[in-house]
Amino acid sequence: MTPSNQHDEKKPFPWHLVFFLGPGLLIYVVFSVYPLLDTLVLSLFNEQQGQSHFVGLQNFITLVTDDTWSQAFWNALGNNFKFFAIHMLVQNPIGLLLAVLLSSPKLRLSGTYRTLIFMPTMLSVVIIGFVWQLLLSPIWGISENFLYSIGLGQYFDAWLGKESSALITLAFISVWQFVGIPMMLIYATLLNIPDDIVDASVVDGANSFQTFWHIKLPLILPTIAMVSILTFVANFNAFELIYAVKGALAGPNFSTDLMGTFFYRTFFGFQLQQGSASMGAAVATLMFLIILVGVMLFLFFIQRRIQRFQF
Amino acid sequence: MFNVRSASPETKMATKLTCLAAILLSSTGIAQAANGLSIESWRSDDANIWSDVIIPAFNKSHPDTKVNFAPTPPTEYNSALQAKLKAGSAGDLITCRPFDTALDLYKDGYLANLNDLKGLKQFSDVAKSAWVTDDGKDQFCMPVASVIHGFVYNKEIFKELNLSVPKTRDEFFKTLDTIKSESRYIPLAMGTADQWEAATMGFQNIGPNYWQGEKGRKALLSGKEKFTDKAYVDTWKELAQWKPYLGRGFEAQKYSDSQNLFTLGRAAIYPAGSWDIQTFNNQADFEFGAFPPPVAKAEDTCYISDHTDMGIGINASSTNKEAAKIFLNWMASKEFATLYANAVPGFFPLSDHQIDIKDPVAQEFMSWRQQCESTIRNSYQILSRGTPNLENQLWNVSAQVINGTMTPEAAAKETQEGLEQWYKPQQ
Repeated sequence: MTPSNQHDEKKPFPWHLVFFLGPGLLIYVVFSVYPLLDTLVLSLFNEQQGQSHFVGLQNFITLVTDDTWSQAFWNALGNNFKFFAIHMLVQNPIGLLLAVLLSSPKLRLSGTYRTLIFMPTMLSVVIIGFVWQLLLSPIWGISENFLYSIGLGQYFDAWLGKESSALITLAFISVWQFVGIPMMLIYATLLNIPDDIVDASVVDGANSFQTFWHIKLPLILPTIAMVSILTFVANFNAFELIYAVKGALAGPNFSTDLMGTFFYRTFFGFQLQQGSASMGAAVATLMFLIILVGVMLFLFFIQRRIQRFQF
Repeated sequence: MFNVRSASPETKMATKLTCLAAILLSSTGIAQAANGLSIESWRSDDANIWSDVIIPAFNKSHPDTKVNFAPTPPTEYNSALQAKLKAGSAGDLITCRPFDTALDLYKDGYLANLNDLKGLKQFSDVAKSAWVTDDGKDQFCMPVASVIHGFVYNKEIFKELNLSVPKTRDEFFKTLDTIKSESRYIPLAMGTADQWEAATMGFQNIGPNYWQGEKGRKALLSGKEKFTDKAYVDTWKELAQWKPYLGRGFEAQKYSDSQNLFTLGRAAIYPAGSWDIQTFNNQADFEFGAFPPPVAKAEDTCYISDHTDMGIGINASSTNKEAAKIFLNWMASKEFATLYANAVPGFFPLSDHQIDIKDPVAQEFMSWRQQCESTIRNSYQILSRGTPNLENQLWNVSAQVINGTMTPEAAAKETQEGLEQWYKPQQ
């Protein structure tokens, strides 16, 4: 017997690993992995009058090529990209700006601001939708008078009801609600930057903008990247706000239809439209694939190039 | 159970088991409760009426049966019910949406066959038509109530502006013009944010006068008429004319906003469904009346949408079917019809009993059944089975026609093309 063999025999089975990983793994498999796989399988079937039979990729082909389905699908996907673009261009820069302002040592009451800005994130989307509908309502809302008082009254419109502006307005509401999340994440990273690096840059003669641009920004880039990926995933799963404000038919003329609302109508049905579990599963699978591809592209092309610093 | 500390180990064990059993039982829902009936419904607004008026009245004659009214909000009802039926946790009695939604439940085996139910004799074939199979053989829900469309108006504003109730379309628009030019009231309280009002209170409300009620509806079903025909285009043309009379920012005005505008006395006329009467009774402190959709010429026959909206059936997997049948037979009685019509004014019983309605506006709505021809919404029977869904299309295009972002002709074309994609008689 070689010593290594002896060692192998004596090593007991790592029961503690099973003990610690088991419950989590079980819950993850039962509530996440299994439903996901089941959705993928369901999307390959066609259900009619309670009988389901295997149709391969037919549901997906219908979804992207058939006139009636594809029009709604591409419309929802396009809207979703717009929704995401607005978040990337508005929510994350504002979140960054707020985080920088909050981390400034000269700012007083920063804790209060932080709490207030983060507050909407904790509220229910239904409440957010309701409050903003009231604020923007042309009948009862205060936004019209507010605009008049700052001299912009003529620009007021029923924004939530116009095809051209409904989606943008909803995206801004969502930005307002969730801006606290990038702010908090970036803020936490900013606080982690050691003072001596910043001090060194000041000694080297950098002004505050240069300090931010050359010292702080590179250090928080990994966090910004993470915030972007969180925004991407959340936006392509977005549903509640649209449903709460515009209903599942996402009017006017489907201009606020996102993948989430499109999925809801397909899977659960709407009014007289009967839901179709298999077609809904196909939409859900496509949503999953879009998010998967997006995240993978991000991991391969961006995340690998980002340098991390250890202090 | 409260005496655990002094109990012997065996009793403790038993107590634990009882607790466990109680938790398990309660999680399977009230549906399984012994000798009780649970009713699934979307009328969450009526919960008080059921628990305070209707169920006590039933219990007077049937004291042994406990009935529980368990409503879900209307927008979630269909999907919630479907999920509950699949999981086997739905109530014994199921409130049925008209036509295909309920028909599919029956085909999937979730609803029991009611052919031998005695109470059904109290209903006419038209009333039962929304809940029979396509071949007319099997009845799976018993009719409960219909809703009627029309216009509700503020009597005080009409008096103030010296207006009389319009009978013809010309008079209707003249009235709207007067309200618009001579007062600050909003002539018509309707918005397009929720879309369905445009189709339901707009298109299906004024439309029957154009397509002559049942005649037009049947012609659409048989493929003799098309949405691009004059009757339908003209309906949308009239809707397009409504735009200048709606409130400012009507594109973002929701259903509840419209109701509030009317009950606050800021709007004169409200395109209504009779179910609104209850809300208005509770909230408006002025007198209001109702008129049917105006006709082209005063001597023309008028048509109203008297839509079979609600039925009730028995869950096929209910463990308490006998009690459920007793309850349904009671719901077919005159006692129920009178109670219901007066407790929920605006929902009109479909049984053949002669009943008195005390609410004056509900009475007005009900009286149109004698003067005018009744029909139901044309998108409900068969025509909303395919993809694209006709009802959804009607919501979308009607809202757009009123918004002015789509012409009536384009609306007609889009709807007809949608129907032609899957409905054989229209191809």
